[in-house]
Amino acid sequence: MEVNQVLDAKGLACPMPIVRTKKAMDTLQLGQVLEVQVTDKGALSDIPAWATSGGHQILDQSTEADVIKFFIKKG
Amino acid sequence: MTVIKMTAAEVARKVIENKELFILDVRNKDAFEDWKIEGHSFDYLNIPYFDLLDGVDEILPKLPTDKDVLVVCAKEGSSLMVAEMVSEAGRDVFYLEGGMKSWSAYLEPIKVGNLTGGGELYQFVRLGKGCLSYMVISEGEAAIIDAVRFTEVFTNFAKEKNVEIKHVFDTHLHADHISGGRHIAEATGATYYLPPKDAEEVVFDYTPLEDGLTVKVGASQIEVGALYSPGHTIGSTSFIVDSKYLLTGDILFIDSIGRPDLAGLAEDWVGDLRETLYRRYRELAEDLIVLPAHFMIIEELNEDGTVAKRLGDLFAENHGLNIESEEEFRHTVTDNLPPQPNAYEQIRQVNMGKITPDNDEQTEMEIGPNRCAVR
Repeated sequence: MEVNQVLDAKGLACPMPIVRTKKAMDTLQLGQVLEVQVTDKGALSDIPAWATSGGHQILDQSTEADVIKFFIKKG
Repeated sequence: MTVIKMTAAEVARKVIENKELFILDVRNKDAFEDWKIEGHSFDYLNIPYFDLLDGVDEILPKLPTDKDVLVVCAKEGSSLMVAEMVSEAGRDVFYLEGGMKSWSAYLEPIKVGNLTGGGELYQFVRLGKGCLSYMVISEGEAAIIDAVRFTEVFTNFAKEKNVEIKHVFDTHLHADHISGGRHIAEATGATYYLPPKDAEEVVFDYTPLEDGLTVKVGASQIEVGALYSPGHTIGSTSFIVDSKYLLTGDILFIDSIGRPDLAGLAEDWVGDLRETLYRRYRELAEDLIVLPAHFMIIEELNEDGTVAKRLGDLFAENHGLNIESEEEFRHTVTDNLPPQPNAYEQIRQVNMGKITPDNDEQTEMEIGPNRCAVR
């Protein structure tokens, strides 16, 4: 999977991970992929819900230690 | 206009005093539908904060101007952001300090009644989670039943009342919330009692809570007597306090009955549950006031905020006590059970002393409603 941009939102608390994700997503083209790294557990349900509501697609999601990674395709 | 902080204690007063409040809940839809702040006269609008990042203009017409508007989220951050946007648009608005996390943790102590010889019985209502704990006070001594994990609330209350905590009981091994009983006992030197049948796997010392055990609180000897009443768990035990109150734990609630499936198979314990509710409790005085360990819906609160009702009234009104056929009863309590409480298996492990999560992890485990009942 080609990642066009990586956003480090580790250590940020709600709502900042989503605020930053949205800003980063606004700079991407349709079909491009953003990798978001977060540590806030609230993001586990909020990022997919936000993506769905914005028409974006979560391609993949992983958890390593405390870091949760989302790969989001802009829609 | 201004953004004003509202504490969980202030929200609790609004629930108890039947006040109006408009809640703008900015958590995602699933979280809101699963669990929210319940009030008799509360109205709600649920829009996730991430749908408001571009502005709040769309929702402004939906926010009333004739009552307080409280923005609520999980931990506070998002509600503060949205409250600031609403305020910039020219409206006064409140946000909930500490979010649902602090709502889940808040306990409101309410006096249930007086006991013989000047004693008092208090119910600690955890509105956010529907947990109810109790403190029996009599002449310098106290007994606590089903304490939740915020132990200082109980130890501070005892200090205020100038009483020494002597006995700490859990009616059963809880699966929906983390007990504070053992830690209160450790901190105060009180005796911690647990039903042995629920405690087979616990890794700490406790005093067995056996059927018929009686302790006396204070010089006026208020009696707290144990009555074995299995069904929610195999060890579940009720208490009769001062021949006046029946503490039912998770066996009998005001508008529902205990579910038998959280610590084993529903089929195994449904007979015990039936026996307790339809035989053992039937032999008790109908004038006893039932005090459960939970409430599920806000309608179960009395006008003064307590959760309490005469046993005789429950025999007449509670659907779970009025199922004549054993077969139908079995179906009711084993089929179509509500979802199990969040992290209930982990919570049982914590209550057995097998795992010791930190405070944040405990908060995380206890998210959501208690779901200990079947209606």
